[in-house]
Order: sequence, then structure tokens, then C-alpha cells
Amino acid sequence: MRLMSFEEMLPLLFMALMGLSMLIYVISDGYDLGVGMLMHRATPAEKDVLIASIGPFWDANETWLVLGIGILLVAFPKAHGMVLTELYLPVTLMLIGLILRGVAFDFRVKAKAVRKPMWDWLFFAGSTVAAVSQGWMLGRYVSGFGSGWNYPVFAAAIAAALPMAYVLLGACWLIMKTEGQLQQRAVQWAKVAWAPMVGGLILISMATPWISATVMRRWFVLPEVIVLMAIPLMTGLALLAVRALLNTHQVRGPLAWLPFGLMIVVFVLGFLGLAYSIYPFVVIDRLTIWQAASSTAALKFTLIGVCISVPAIAAYTVFSYRVFRGKTGELRYA
Amino acid sequence: MDPILLARFQFAANITFHILFPTISIALGWLLLFFRWRYLKAAEPETKQAWLNAYRFWTKVFALSFALGVVSGITMSFQFGTNWPGFMEKVGNIAGPLLGYEVLTAFFLEAGFLGVMLFGHGKVSERVHLMSTFFVAFGTTMSAFWILALNSWMQTPVGYEVINGEYHALSWLAVIFNPSFPYRFTHMVLASALTCAFLLVGLSAWQVLKGAAQLSAPKVLRVGLTLAAALVPLQIFIGDLHGLNTLKHQPQKIAAMEGVWETQRGAPLLLFAIPDDQQRTNRFEIAVPKVASFILTHDFDGEIKGLNEFRDRHPPVLPVFFAFRVMVGMGVLMLATSWLGWYLFRRARWQADQLPRALLWLLAGMTFSGWIATVAGWYVTEIGRQPFIVHGLIRTADVASNVAAPMIALTLALYVTVYLALIFAYVVVLKYMAEKADQVLAVDEVELAVTPAGAITAPVVPVGSIGGLT
Repeated sequence: MRLMSFEEMLPLLFMALMGLSMLIYVISDGYDLGVGMLMHRATPAEKDVLIASIGPFWDANETWLVLGIGILLVAFPKAHGMVLTELYLPVTLMLIGLILRGVAFDFRVKAKAVRKPMWDWLFFAGSTVAAVSQGWMLGRYVSGFGSGWNYPVFAAAIAAALPMAYVLLGACWLIMKTEGQLQQRAVQWAKVAWAPMVGGLILISMATPWISATVMRRWFVLPEVIVLMAIPLMTGLALLAVRALLNTHQVRGPLAWLPFGLMIVVFVLGFLGLAYSIYPFVVIDRLTIWQAASSTAALKFTLIGVCISVPAIAAYTVFSYRVFRGKTGELRYA
Repeated sequence: MDPILLARFQFAANITFHILFPTISIALGWLLLFFRWRYLKAAEPETKQAWLNAYRFWTKVFALSFALGVVSGITMSFQFGTNWPGFMEKVGNIAGPLLGYEVLTAFFLEAGFLGVMLFGHGKVSERVHLMSTFFVAFGTTMSAFWILALNSWMQTPVGYEVINGEYHALSWLAVIFNPSFPYRFTHMVLASALTCAFLLVGLSAWQVLKGAAQLSAPKVLRVGLTLAAALVPLQIFIGDLHGLNTLKHQPQKIAAMEGVWETQRGAPLLLFAIPDDQQRTNRFEIAVPKVASFILTHDFDGEIKGLNEFRDRHPPVLPVFFAFRVMVGMGVLMLATSWLGWYLFRRARWQADQLPRALLWLLAGMTFSGWIATVAGWYVTEIGRQPFIVHGLIRTADVASNVAAPMIALTLALYVTVYLALIFAYVVVLKYMAEKADQVLAVDEVELAVTPAGAITAPVVPVGSIGGLT
């Protein structure tokens, strides 16, 4: 195999960076969207703790989406236009969901007490709308924006499954960040969300090669298929381990962090599977990474900024999670 | 309806809503740093407490504005692709990196350090917290730098070459420091400072009227009035320079602002008129002879190019003409109120309760005057760039998406509904917070006293314990 030149590597590098941003976005905003969707099950006092547990993080979590979309815009401008034109309506709905949820987060403690239930409801509704839209967009994207009766069904299935995955992730986050009765309830919520999430994941995995011939060719080739089998196997093991943990007492003690850790593993594996399926396309069957990329000069100029800021972002994120580590106490707001 | 016009309305609605909040947070970050510094420097316990209260109250305003800025900013990163896909295809190689730098600086300075600034007081040392506040302020300003570099390049494009219909940068320095950038950037930073100054003045005046925040309100009122009184004249001076720069590079924009149809010497300043795009003339003119020529060329008989020289290459006149008058009118009003307010406040020996109530009402009425002036100014410069998206090079119509008009109209309606509701909620909540400032801070006090979990530094003395709070 011929080694790629630096010029050819550049688009790949940006693709990897974009993928990484999107992965971090899905995991980090995933848990706080999940917590948002659990709001309507919580008592008013618990709602404050739920919100406090994601308070210092949600702003930075959402900026990963801006970074991911930003890289798509900067490094793959042709794909940015194509994807967003296709996803016009769900993008709008997701944005409105994210707006409502973001402002509800701030307004709920600053507005009059009588308005608080309204903002809490908007927080829940915004989180749900955003998660469902993201699922739909993922479904449309993976299936290459195909038309025909089966494509919307496929997208709808992911639109239903992704919020479930977020809820499970959010419940695991709460198991890690809370104590006492709320933690007990978080374990229950996780159990409820587990079955539909896993069922959805299996169905979608089975339907994906059937919906896209390109993906099918990528999956069922010897000898790759043998190595690839590791992804679903490990995902399955991690999910089973989460379920088993939820039944133990350890999960409310020293192992409280483990279900969340395992869920991150599940998301990372799912992401790797997706990345493998789509490569080398940015828009499946239409635009490859190299066709969509900006000029080398533009990518090089941007790379300087990336090299300075991305390590700083990573370091800062670690710092922030350290400052706010430990169990969430009472609500602290600015 | 024309899908391109709808797409423009939608983009305008989104960016108008977005700019309201960065306009506040760019300058408010620095003012918070100032409050924080005055608090650390103050000797008297009561003064110290007053500055701390000011810092804490305005941090909450900052948090709320910042949150709205973040969520509407996310929308903006999608709007390019949904509304102007052709824009990024053509100039992606230039616009992309500039937007990329904006996202990167915004991202790693603002949203990152913001968490520590808002939630970390007491969890990190005073110095780390002060640094976090600084980086948030610095980050917002740098974001403005990159965005304005891109916007200015779209107005006065230089330093590029065209290969196969795609634009490539020849010199990034030339692209970033393009001819209109220094003026536009300064004009916008000052606009942010003035918007903030009047927000401080307005809310503090309201607090004085309602007897709320008695320690901090007079101090903040003084800061706001002094800042406004000093910066309005400077802004008028910079605005004039910006206008001259526009005359040189985009004469058709100036012609639309002044309502000049035919090229003429000694063009009059139109105080009022209704420009008629069909008849290509003005109706109901109220004019001061020769003054427009004097302002723009510094010569009473200077020549101003008329719109008729540009035919299909000039913007719609009516919105540019009126937006310009709204901006200038607001500026004059801001000059008058800030000087009057500062003079009366000084004569009252900075005793807020000695101020005439009519003045306080007037100042409270000016709370959001900066928003109106800023948005009107943006309309002048952006509508004034039409029919081009990149001045003189790329027409807006050529880069629009092929999304059907009803779909654009539907999403436009959704956005506008949400935005109007949110602006309403923002204003109501600010009013409520201003009136209940002492309560808001008292709740904060109780929470700060609790030793936080997971502190990574040696516990500092909770700042609120210095000097008793009511």
C-alpha cells in the first residue's frame, strides 16, 4: 500500500477531528439531554439536583457540536451545504429544541417561582425534541438520504432509539453523580431504558446493511468481517455488563462510575462501526472526503489554529471535570 | 413569495437575534473584570461588599446573556449551510478558516472557562477565578475579531485569487486586515461597550427607582454613565471614519444611506424622506442643503455618486435609508441622555437618591437603546451590501439553496415565534432580577457558604463572608 502524502492526509485528519468532536458531542450532550428527558419523572426537589448535576458542563458540551459542524463547514464546505439542505427541517427542530432547553436551564432559577414548572417542562420538551431530531438526522444520513418507503421507517426507528440511548446514558450519569433515594431511582430509570435501547440497537444494526448497499459491501467481506465482529460482540458484552451491574448493590457504592464508563464504551464502539461503514465518504455514495475537502492552503491555515486550541480544549475539559467532580449537592447557580 | 427574500429574512432573523447577546457579553465580560478588581482593591467593608454585589448580580446577567448567545450561535453555524450553501462552495476556502478560528477561540476560551467563572467561585483559588473571568472576556473579544474579519472581507474583499470559480486566499494578513476591518471592528466593540453601558445605567436606574440593590446600584449607575458619556462621542468619531471608508469602497451603500439618486455636488442632508425605488426619487423630503457632502467629503461642494450610476448593483434604498436614520437618531439620543445624566449625577454628588425621578425614568427607558442602535447599524451595512453576498463579486441570488419557499416560510415562522418569546422572557426576567437583586444574592450567599465537594485547591475563605450581607 502506498503511503499518502501530507496533502492527501490533511482532509483525513480533519475528518478524524470532526468525527472526534461529534463523538464527544454525542456522549457529553447525550448524557445531559438524557437527564433532561428524565426531568418529568423527578420530584421538584430532585429536578434541582438533576439540573445541578449538569450545570457546569452543558455549555461546553454543546460547543462540541459547534466545533463539529464548524469543521464540516470549514474543511468540507460542499458537504456542509449538501447535508444541511437535505436535513433542513430536522435541523431547525433540533436547533429550536436546543435553544428552548438552553434558555430554560437559565430562566428556571432566575424567573418567578410560579414560572418554574413551565421552564422545567420546556427543558424536558426541548431535550426530547433535540434528541429525536438528532436520531432522525442520523438515520437519514446513514441511509444516504434515500427516497422510498423504507428510508423514513429506518430514520424513524433511529429517531426512537437514540433518545432511549441518551436516557440510559443520562441515568448512568445520575447514578455516578447522585446519592441516596435519587440514585436509587436513577437505577430504576436505567433499567427501564435498557431494554428498548438494546432492542432498537439490534434492529437498527440488522437493518443498516439492508438499507445501504455500500454499507453491506463494507461489512460482509472476508477477512475484514472476522475483525469487525469484535465491534458488535464487545458492544453486546458492555451492554449486558451494564444490565447486570444495575442489579447489584455495588452500583450504588464503589462501582457507581462503571455503568457510565461502560456506556461510553458502547457509544465509542457504535461510532467506530459507523465510521468504518461510511469511509471514505462524507456524504454516502455522493461525496468522498477528498471530493468535499477545502483547498490544501485553507486546511493548512486552519490546522495551525487547531494545533493550538484542541490540546488546550482537551486539557481544559479535563480540568473542568476535575473541579466539578464528586457527588452533586444542592443547586449552585450563577 | 420569493424564496431568496425569505431565506434572507430567515438569516436576518437568526443573526439579529444572535447579535443581541454577544453585544452584551463582549463588553460585560470586561466590566465584570473591572467590578472584580474594584472589589479586591476596596478597603472599606461596605465598598467592598458593594462591588462584590455588583459583580455577583451582573455575573447572573452575563450568564443569562451568554446562554442565549451560545444557543443562538449554534443556530448560526447551521444557517450558512441551510440558507447559502453556494456561499461556502465558492468562498469556503476563505470564509471557512476565519469561521473556524472564531469557533475555536469561542470554544476554548469562553465555554470552557465560563464553567469555572460561573460555578467555580469557592472551588478554585481567587487568582484562578480572576484569570477565568479574564479569559472569558478575552475570548468574547477574540470571537468578535474573527467574525468581523470575515464580515469585513465580504464588504471589502482583497487578498484573494479565483481558480475555477472558487476563491483562494493569497495573503491571510490582507484577508483579515482588509480595508474596512479596522473601522468595523472598532465600531462594533464600541457598540458593545455602549450597549452594555446603557444596560448598566438602565437597570441600575430602575433599581434606584424601586429601592433595590442599594449598595451596588449607585456605583454601577456611575460606571455606566461615565462609560457612556465618554464613549458616545468617540463612537460618533469612529462612525464618521467608517462612513468615509465606506464611501471609498462601497459608494452605492453611502448613496442609499443618504438617499442620493443622481450624482451631485453639494448634496443635502436628508432629515426625512421616503425613498421610492420604483420612481427612483424621494418623496416628502426635509433637507439641509450641502450638509451630506460636507459630512462625507468634508467639503460643502464635494461630489457624491448617485444610485443611478449603479443601476442593478445597488441595495434597496428604503430599508438602508431608514435603518441609518434610526442608528444616528439613537446615537444622538444616547449622547444627550448620557451627558445630561452624568452632569446631574455629579451635581448630586453621586447620591442616587438625590436624582430627579424623571431622569431615572428616562435612563431606565434607555436600557435597550444600544440594541436598537446596533441592530439598525448592522441593517445599514448588511442590506447595504446587497445584491451581493461578497461585495462586487458574488450575488446573493447565486448562492441560495434550492429549498422550497413554503419550507423556508414555515421554519422562519418557527424561529421568529421562539425568538420573540425569548426576547420577551429575557427582558421580563432582567426586570424581575433587578427588582429582587438582594433576594437573588441572599440565596447565593447561603449556597456559597457550604463547602463544595471536589474542590481541587485548599479551601478559600468564602468571599461572601467578608462584611455581613443584609
